Amino acid sequence: MTVRPDRPEPMNAVPVRHPGRWVAVAVLAVLAAMLVHTVVTNDGFGWPVVGDYLFSPPVLNGLKNTLILTILSMAIGIVGGVLLAVMRLSPNWILSAVAAVYIWVFRGTPLIAQLLFWNFLSALYPRLSLGVPFGPEFVSFDTNQLINQFAACLLGLGLNEAAYMAEIVRGGIASVEHGQTEAAGALGMSRAQTLRRIVLPQAMRVIIPPTGNETISMLKTSSLVVVIGYFELLTSVQRIYSVNFQTIPLLIVAALWYLALTSILSVGQGFIERRYGRGLQTGPPGPSLLGFLRRSPEERAA
Amino acid sequence: MTPMVEALGIHKSFGATRVLRGVDLVVQPGEVSCVIGPSGSGKSTLLRCINHLERIDSGRLRVDGHLVGYRERNGKLYEMRESEVAHQRRDIGMVFQRFNLFPHKTAIENVMEAPVVVRRQDKAAARARAVELLDRVGLADRRDNYPAQLSGGQQQRVAIARALAMSPRLMLFDEPTSALDPELVGEVLDVMRGLAREGMTMVVVTHEMGFAREVGDALVFMDEGVVVEHGAPREVLGNPQHERTRSFLSKVL
Ligand SMILES: Nc1ncnc2c1ncn2[C@@H]1O[C@H](COP(=O)(O)OP(=O)(O)OP(=O)(O)O)[C@@H](O)[C@H]1O
Ligand SMILES: [Mg+2]
Repeated sequence: MTVRPDRPEPMNAVPVRHPGRWVAVAVLAVLAAMLVHTVVTNDGFGWPVVGDYLFSPPVLNGLKNTLILTILSMAIGIVGGVLLAVMRLSPNWILSAVAAVYIWVFRGTPLIAQLLFWNFLSALYPRLSLGVPFGPEFVSFDTNQLINQFAACLLGLGLNEAAYMAEIVRGGIASVEHGQTEAAGALGMSRAQTLRRIVLPQAMRVIIPPTGNETISMLKTSSLVVVIGYFELLTSVQRIYSVNFQTIPLLIVAALWYLALTSILSVGQGFIERRYGRGLQTGPPGPSLLGFLRRSPEERAA
Repeated sequence: MTPMVEALGIHKSFGATRVLRGVDLVVQPGEVSCVIGPSGSGKSTLLRCINHLERIDSGRLRVDGHLVGYRERNGKLYEMRESEVAHQRRDIGMVFQRFNLFPHKTAIENVMEAPVVVRRQDKAAARARAVELLDRVGLADRRDNYPAQLSGGQQQRVAIARALAMSPRLMLFDEPTSALDPELVGEVLDVMRGLAREGMTMVVVTHEMGFAREVGDALVFMDEGVVVEHGAPREVLGNPQHERTRSFLSKVL
């Protein structure tokens, strides 16, 4: 490399050596090689069996239930969580107290107990009815018909999740500067408009990462529905290996699917994070296809 | 003529701190009133009472003849519902010391937000008007920038355009240039000067004595929650009548 006379000479210093890092890398490389070797050569992993069952109908059926339970429970959890968070922050102390008690109860008791509770609600209330307390009844249902196993799963997972989401959303809302609410109010925006258009979009930056965690966690937590006799991915593979005793290969089947779903969710989370990060980082926006397309041709050339 | 702002005997406390202790202030339509005074004298609080961001404890506060935050019927006061307060605030623009632009929206989106959401204007019309307003504050080329990509002076000018987009009849400025580097103060004051020239009624809390002298129709000196002195800027600045005014001015001029 030639150095131009007007440029200062580059530093010709000897870089710091990190022998410790190289030792660590060597040790890890050996361990990794051993792992690959045993995974490939140990017949106990039963890779052919894994291949046989990966796309088998019972496994796919379980996978479908895992997906449905996760999506619907998270939907209930997120909507419920936003509602609870708004109630919690309400100037009306009754609303705030109701939300606080809800969160206390649902976070404070085991999820398994809650699932069982919803499932056995009929023991407590054989019939559910709509009407005026101590007054006339309008409609009445048989509890067992109204809350089937699936509904009990959704109630258990969703209502529990709402309590956790409420705290996440509340933290997000609290992270938005009060000046934002004042500026919106001074423009004549109502409290609801301010929340929807100004506060929540900014709170999203804080809300999304833990919500991603919650969703990934829900993928696996949904396997608890086994306690009330419902089934999903993990239950499906358990049912299969309880018959054919191919325990390890079938657990690998489940693990592979969970990993695949988690990976998809992580990618999705990245997209959503970028969407709500708009304008919040200083400096020019980073390279993104959409941003690139939106810019004018001259800017693109620059 | 109905005064644009008419404050009579305004009191306001935060807990045990008595911040406003009987403030009287009248601003006629088209007038620019500048409010000066030491830190903690209650200038911001007074301004925030005018658009009901703070609720007054006693006194009467009218904007354009209407009580702010209350309705009076048969000699009895009724508190306004939240939606009525919001409705009242449409006609009162406010510019904050720390700009308070919406960081997740571009400059033009900031300006369009309230007309679209509050006045339910259609997007195209709101956009055309926002373009016009940004042009007027000299930011035609910064429309699509997010606040974080703008200098303080540019952000404050967007904030002024945002307030103007609601076509307010009264503009409140709370130390609009105090958070700015000295070389950026001028561009914001220029925009405000233009507004005053067009006849906008303004109440400006400021430390810019030059601006107050040149643009202000009235100068109000506040200290410890009361208006100590008030009159034509040249009079108050050149020939203060009260000892407190004199000692404050000797420190800032
Ligand atoms: N929300 C609040 N809660 C409690 N005290 C408050 C609140 N807002 C203002 N104060 C107090 O009221 C007093 C007056 O505040 P204000 O902001 O009106 O003063 P100011 O004249 O605008 O001062 P500055 O020039 O520093 O902006 C201060 O002592 C302040 O601490
Ligand atoms: Mg102030």
